Amino acid sequence: MTALLTFQDVAKSFTLHLRGGVVLPVVGGVSLTVAPGECVVLGGPSGAGKSSLLKMAYGNYRCDAGAILVRDGQTVIDVARADPRVMLSLRARVIAYVSQFLRVIPRVSALDVVEAAGREGGLSEDEARARAKNLLARLNLPDRLWSLPPATFSGGEQQRVNIARGLIADRPLLLLDEPTASLDASNRAVVAELVHEKLAAGAGVLGIFHDSEMRDAVATRIVDVTRFAQARAA
Amino acid sequence: MRDAPYPERPDPSPQPSPERERGPGASEAGEAGYNFAYLDEGTKRMIRRAILKAIAVPGYQVPFASREMPMPYGWGTGGVQVTAAILGRADVLKVIDQGADDTTNAVSIRRFFARTSGVATTTRTTEATIIQTRHRIPETPLREGQILVYQVPIPEPLRFLEPRETETRQLHALAEYGAMHVKLYEDISRHGHIATTYAYPVEVAGRYVMDPSPTPKFDNPKMDQSPALQLFGAGRERRIYAVPPYTSVRSLDFEDHPFRVQEFTEPCALCGASGHYLDEVVTDDSGGRMYVCSDTDICETRVAEAAR
Amino acid sequence: MSTPLLSAHGLTKAYGNRLACAGVDLDVTEGEVLAIVGESGSGKSTLLSLLAGELAPDSGSVRYRMRDGRSRDLAALGPAELRRLMRTDWGFVRQDARQGLRMAVSAGGNVGERLMGMGERHYGRIRGQALDWLGRVEIDAGRVDDPPSQFSGGMRQRLQIARNLVTGPRLVLMDEPTSGLDVSVQARLLDLIRRLSAELGLAVIIVTHDLAVARLLSHRIAVMRAGRVIETGLTDRVLDDPEHAYTQLLVSSVLAA
Repeated sequence: MTALLTFQDVAKSFTLHLRGGVVLPVVGGVSLTVAPGECVVLGGPSGAGKSSLLKMAYGNYRCDAGAILVRDGQTVIDVARADPRVMLSLRARVIAYVSQFLRVIPRVSALDVVEAAGREGGLSEDEARARAKNLLARLNLPDRLWSLPPATFSGGEQQRVNIARGLIADRPLLLLDEPTASLDASNRAVVAELVHEKLAAGAGVLGIFHDSEMRDAVATRIVDVTRFAQARAA
Repeated sequence: MRDAPYPERPDPSPQPSPERERGPGASEAGEAGYNFAYLDEGTKRMIRRAILKAIAVPGYQVPFASREMPMPYGWGTGGVQVTAAILGRADVLKVIDQGADDTTNAVSIRRFFARTSGVATTTRTTEATIIQTRHRIPETPLREGQILVYQVPIPEPLRFLEPRETETRQLHALAEYGAMHVKLYEDISRHGHIATTYAYPVEVAGRYVMDPSPTPKFDNPKMDQSPALQLFGAGRERRIYAVPPYTSVRSLDFEDHPFRVQEFTEPCALCGASGHYLDEVVTDDSGGRMYVCSDTDICETRVAEAAR
Repeated sequence: MSTPLLSAHGLTKAYGNRLACAGVDLDVTEGEVLAIVGESGSGKSTLLSLLAGELAPDSGSVRYRMRDGRSRDLAALGPAELRRLMRTDWGFVRQDARQGLRMAVSAGGNVGERLMGMGERHYGRIRGQALDWLGRVEIDAGRVDDPPSQFSGGMRQRLQIARNLVTGPRLVLMDEPTSGLDVSVQARLLDLIRRLSAELGLAVIIVTHDLAVARLLSHRIAVMRAGRVIETGLTDRVLDDPEHAYTQLLVSSVLAA
C-alpha cells in the first residue's frame, strides 16, 4: 500500500452527557486516501465535519467506527486504535497538524517556538535554528518580532508562526486546517509555495481551505464531505 | 534476669596525694538518710543497663528514665545520674565546669557526691578515676581505667534541622547524615569557614553521628582513640550515649574545608603553656584582658612546678 | 514498548469505609508527563502518596525500573533503599514549599543537601552545582545564601525544583506545583517545568485540579473521580473529546482549558 493516509468507513458522533445523553452524529462511511505528493482538500459547508476528520487523523478526536491508517515507514498504524504513546510517536515523526490558532506558550519567543517544533520533529539544533529563521523570513514575519513571545502578536502574525511551526520538520503527512484564514494574498502565496515544496518532497496533505484561490493553488483533488455528513445518520 | 550487684572497682591510685579531700562528715554510707550516691539501687541498675547498651553501640543515644535530681535541669542532672550509677566507694571524683574545678556548678556537684557517697574527691586529673565535666576535656591526657562523664543539654545533633524525634531516629537508623553537612555548608557560606566552635558533630566508630555536648571543638581530637571511657548523660532529654575506649571519633568536615581546631596566638598568661585551650579574662574596667588556661588543674600544676 | 519506568497495578486504599483509591492502574516512562486530574477529594493526592511509597496500599503494587534495569516492587525494598531511591532517583515537588524545603537553610544549602546525602564532601563542588541549578531555575546567583523564607511563592517552587533535580532523578512527582501562584508567576513556572522535563527526559507525574496546567504540561492524562481513574488517554484527546460524562462536566466547567 502506498497511501500515506487511508480512512476506511470511518464514523464519528458526539454523545453529550450533560444534555441528557443526546447523540450528535458528525460523519459516517468516510473512506478516502492521501497518496504521497497528493494534496487532498476537503470541501463542503461548515459544520459538515471537515475539521473533525483532520482531528481524528491526528488522534485528537476519538473515532467510533472504521479505521484510519497512517503509513509509518514500512508499517501501517491504525490511529483509531493506537496506544497514546504510539500516537505521540507518530505526531513527533509522521504527522504534522497546523490549525488556525497558535496555542501560545507563555514567555517563549517566536523563533524558539518554531525551533523547538523542529527539534521535536527530529532536527538537529543547528538545522532547526537555520530552518526556523528561513521560514519566518519567507513568511515575512518582521525580524524585530522573532525574539518576542507571540502572545501579543496580531492574528495574522500568530498564524504565520504557527505555519512555520507546523512545516519546519520533515513529516510526511500534513493536516492543514485553514492555516491561511487570516493571511493576506502575498503570504497565502508563500504558504502555497511551501505546500508545493512539501508535495514535491513526497509528502501528502489533507487540508481545509475556504479561500478558493488558495484551494485552487494547492489542491490535487477535492473531496466533498457532504456525502459523509448525509451518511452519518445511517 | 536479675542484675548482679555492681562490683567495686579496685582503686587505681593506691597512694593518695595530700590534695585528696574527703567530704565533710563522710561515712561509709554517706550522709545519713541517703542511699550511696543519692540514687536508689534500682534506679542505678536501670541507668547502668542503659550505659552498657550505649557502650555496646558507640554513639547511639539510649533512652533512659531520667529521675528528678535535687538540682535544676541545666545543672548537669544527666551527668550526675550517670556518675551516681557508676560511682564505687573506691572511686576518686573530679568535677569541672568549663575547665575549672572551682566554679559554683563544679563545687556543688563535687560536694553533692562527697556528702551522699563519701567518696574521695580531687581536682587533680591524674588522680581522678571519674571526671564529670561540663564543656571541657582536661588537657592532661586521660589513661585507661578513667571515665569521663559529660553533662549534655541537647543530645540530638540533627535536632536543629529536624524537630521530629521519629524522623531523627529514622535518620540515625539509616545513617542518613547528609543533612548534618548542611549545617557545616551553611557555616562556610555565611562565614567563609566552618564557624561552629562547640558541639561540633562527630562520627563515632564510623557509624553514628554524635553531638559531643557543648565542648569546644578544640577538644574533639582528644575524644578520638582515647584510652578512657567517655559517657554522656542528658537529664532533661533522657538520653545516655557513650564512646568506649580506643574508639575512632571523627569530626565531620569537607574535603576543601577540613576540620581544624582553634589556635591561640599567645601562651597562657599564668603558666606559659601553649597548645592549651585559653579563656579570656577581663582584668580591669579599662578593657585590659589576659588569656589563661581554661583547665585550672594543669595550669596550677605547671605554676607550682615552675616555682619549685 | 520497553518496560515502563514506573507502573502501578490495582492500587487500592481505603480510609475507613471510604475508598480513596480503587484499583488504579497507570504507568509512566522516561520523557513522558502524565497528569492526574480531578476535583479535590477525588483521590489524586492519595494516589500520589501511594506511588511515592509514603502510604502503603491496602492492595495493589507499584513497580519501578531501577538504574540497573531491573524492575522492582517498591513494597519489597527496605526502608533504607526506598529512601535512597527517593532522594536520588526521584523528586517530589510539593504544593506547599514549606514541606519541600528547609525554610531556615539557605537556597544553596537546600539545593546541596541531596548531593551531601549522596556523599559529596567537597564544598566547592556542592556550591558550584547549587549555583548552576539556581541559574537553571532562574534564581539570581546573588540569592544563593538567602533562605527561602525570604523568597516569593514562585521562587520557592523553582527552588524546590532545583533541589529535586540536582541529583539527576529520572522520575519527578509534582503535587499541584502551581496552585496559589499568580497567573504570570504560574506561566513562568509551567514553562520552566515543560522545558526541564523535555531537556532532561524526565518521567513526570503531576497531580493538578487545573486542566489548563494539564494541557500545557502533559502528554497523557488520567481523570479521577471517587478514587477511580474513569478516563485516560492522550491529554488533548481527553480534553477536546471527553468520553465519560464526568470528564465532559469537568471540561465544560472551566474556561478555555
